[in-house]
Amino acid sequence: MPLIDDLSASSNEQELERRRFLGLVGSGALGVSVAGTAVTAVQYISPNVLYEEDTRFKVGTPDSFPVGTVLALGPQKVYVVRTEEGFFALSAVCTHLGCMTRYEADQKSFFCPCHGSRFSAGGDVVGGPAPRALPRIEVALEGGVLVVDSRKLVPPGTILKV
Amino acid sequence: MPRLPAALTKNRVFRSVVRHGFPNSNRNRSLAVFTNFFLHIHPVKVRLRAIAFRRTFYLGGLSAAAFFILTVTGILLMFYYRPSVPEAYEDMKDLEFVVSAGVFLRNLHRWAAHTMVALVFLHMVRVFFAGAYRPPREFNWVIGVVLFLLTLLLSFTGYLLPWDQLAYWAITVGTNMVKAVPSIGDDLRFLLLGGNAIGEAALLRFYVLHCVVLPLALIVLIAMHIWRVRKDGGVYLPPEEGAGGGEPGPESGEEAGEVRRE
Repeated sequence: MPLIDDLSASSNEQELERRRFLGLVGSGALGVSVAGTAVTAVQYISPNVLYEEDTRFKVGTPDSFPVGTVLALGPQKVYVVRTEEGFFALSAVCTHLGCMTRYEADQKSFFCPCHGSRFSAGGDVVGGPAPRALPRIEVALEGGVLVVDSRKLVPPGTILKV
Repeated sequence: MPRLPAALTKNRVFRSVVRHGFPNSNRNRSLAVFTNFFLHIHPVKVRLRAIAFRRTFYLGGLSAAAFFILTVTGILLMFYYRPSVPEAYEDMKDLEFVVSAGVFLRNLHRWAAHTMVALVFLHMVRVFFAGAYRPPREFNWVIGVVLFLLTLLLSFTGYLLPWDQLAYWAITVGTNMVKAVPSIGDDLRFLLLGGNAIGEAALLRFYVLHCVVLPLALIVLIAMHIWRVRKDGGVYLPPEEGAGGGEPGPESGEEAGEVRRE
């Protein structure tokens, strides 16, 4: 009588076939459950509801901005700029590594304190490691009030005429 | 034997804990080492060359000691620190200004963290220049590299917890670097922060990674790392001048001045 786990024991073709089949079913089931667990784990740690600031907000009426105003909105990380032609908005997030830039009125440019990037009043890179201009953000006029959505980007040079 | 030690040791309770005789013979001294959980990571006998200070500068052991300090001080800090936006910074300030010895423990944690990064790096340099990464120790070098990365990640995740300006912008920069990972960079950053910006979710995630996930991974890998050093016959020793072969292979037999365990 051979031991059950004695693999050297002679076994007929049918037994070998069954052993191979059961092995395949077992490892297949293991593979499926590992894959399922991995997918579920990633889904679990990826949040479905975010309790973050609304990216869409009102900034006031056009006539409350004298020409030349650069309004920095800290929590929303957006600049609203009033020029002679109209309005445009820029992201205040440095395109280098995501720090918050600040407007330096005497230099008429935006400066990032983290690694020294500098952007012109129009958002173009004029110095430092930043790879791209500050993205332009859509400004819309809704019912006489300026509305900005920091998630909506517009092509450079876009200006809201008022 | 004097009377007090005799009274303490010659009873059934002591005998059940310490199951060998007084370590006054070679046999009992050996038993004292390999029946002790904490001592068994060392061989019963090591060659003097292996424990000379200038062989290793004890950098691996000192790294482990720094990690031990970090674990103890970290657990103590957890009694006061709450990982939430309204409280985190206040709790950190409380630790600095109102908790007895709080500033000492916080600074000890901080300096031990800096020290551990330096020690692990120097340990790596020492192993490299000794050539101790060569077979059969190749995989232990790989484990060591992972341990180094875990050390850096522990530093990085701990950086956010004080929730001050330095923490906030350092993690802003650090998690923007994650975006550079090909194709999954943006998703990876989203998972790491639990959102698009650093906020409540990010603070809690970094706290859990810093206090649970990464230390557990580190402990398991440290155990493997030390175990493999033991199995490879202790620290790497270059061949002795005039002598033939180099270090003993895994589980090799008795060498001069060395006694086999097990």
